[in-house]
Amino acid sequence: MKTPYSAFSLLRGALNGQKHWEPAWRDPEPRASYDVIIIGGGGHGLATAYYLAKVHGIRNVAVLEKSWIGGGNVGRNTTLVRSNYRLPQLHNFFEFGLKLWHGLSDDLNYNVMFSPRGAMFLGHNDGDMIKLAERGDAMRCDGIDAELLTPRQIAKIEPLLDLSRNSRFPIDGALIQWRAGTARHDAVAWGYARAADALGVDIIQKCEVTGFVRDGNKITGVETTRGRILAGRTGICVAGHSGHVAGLAGLRLPIESQTLQALVTEGVKPMVQSVVMSQSLHCYISQSDKGGIVMGGDPDNWPSYARRGQPTVTEGAIAQAVTLMPALSRLRMLRTWSGVTDMSFDGSPIIGTTPIDGLYLNAGWCYGGFKATPASGWTYAHTLATGAPHALNAPFSLERFMTGATIDETSVGPMPNHR
Amino acid sequence: MYQITCPHCGPRAQTEFTYERTMDSVVDPAADAQTAMQALYTRANPMGLDEEIWRHTYGCRAWMVLTRHRVTHEIHAVRAIGPEALP
Repeated sequence: MKTPYSAFSLLRGALNGQKHWEPAWRDPEPRASYDVIIIGGGGHGLATAYYLAKVHGIRNVAVLEKSWIGGGNVGRNTTLVRSNYRLPQLHNFFEFGLKLWHGLSDDLNYNVMFSPRGAMFLGHNDGDMIKLAERGDAMRCDGIDAELLTPRQIAKIEPLLDLSRNSRFPIDGALIQWRAGTARHDAVAWGYARAADALGVDIIQKCEVTGFVRDGNKITGVETTRGRILAGRTGICVAGHSGHVAGLAGLRLPIESQTLQALVTEGVKPMVQSVVMSQSLHCYISQSDKGGIVMGGDPDNWPSYARRGQPTVTEGAIAQAVTLMPALSRLRMLRTWSGVTDMSFDGSPIIGTTPIDGLYLNAGWCYGGFKATPASGWTYAHTLATGAPHALNAPFSLERFMTGATIDETSVGPMPNHR
Repeated sequence: MYQITCPHCGPRAQTEFTYERTMDSVVDPAADAQTAMQALYTRANPMGLDEEIWRHTYGCRAWMVLTRHRVTHEIHAVRAIGPEALP
């Protein structure tokens, strides 16, 4: 049993020079076989392993990660957590996750620094406000908090927003979800890894899957850079690279990989209280606990696995942010980065079974995977443990694209680059 | 950001171009429903070369096919398609 993180442990350590702490997780050699293999040691993969062990008692589990845990999209996002979706399948799924977020630090015994500071969607015209009101109504019908704000109310929360009528993007109101907020991305990966490891899960880093072991229409294991590992069930959980890994098993997915960028400024005193987003423009602004202003915008809108973005896209996001909040123009940019996102063909994720026996899929998170980490892990663990989807992820099947039951929040159709 | 050589205008900044879809996702009007759905809703999405349809939207507006590498962004070939490409 690991030493729990607590004030008491810290005090005890004060007497012996804090020498009693152990590594947060082991670095085991892969065994020959496991009950379940999860490909991908990102937030979702680690959460899946944790819930498999904790909720379903399946502890003979390996998480295979090609580089190091937390180095992919779980460490590259803008850390926003919310459940303010219009469609019931989406908001019920994300709301289940948001409830888990609220108790996550206690559950994992790891401070994920979840900060429910409120997330607002701005409306810039009558059409926006009608859509936001409808979205808020739909959420409240399912018991999710949402509140429509007037510009005067917005000014009290975010006094630095340009609320004048002369603005390039005048602000007519907003829809705020107070229980939404941000979390510390690395802590989410490390917290799940530590908790899963304590329950007996093997986290195997620097182990890239290079192929699948097949017996007829059944996957019985994986070929990796550290040898062949057999598994009762294998789960793909590599959003960003799902097309590539599923391709190794001969599957073609409704996914195109694109670059999504983000940036952060130098640290300053508190100036952005909540998370400010505009879906009409597509830019989002929040302030990290260190004080940096974190911003993001559109994906690059063409396929790439390169993890380097086009500067004009960043420029567009900054231009929008500076127009909404002119004071941001005085800040210096500290760094930009990008990640590879799975752009699915209806903008919603895919969690469930595949046409191949023993192979399961968790993919297609577009630019919104971080907030889903607990819900994704919970439902994927259920799917891997029982072989059938949980009620919450049943609508997000891979078959929905062929049966016409797509979950298209923005009504764009099968055009991942227009989303 | 890189340059794309338009078959009609020569090398131009990438910002003048927009990506449309991959070549294998073009639906043949004579295709059966299953094949058409496969083309519309699935992609090979390789970590390597793929054929993509791009348009010189903010230039001559012509369509073209790029053979482009998804990791290095290297463009191996560009050819014109559409009525402009007819002899």
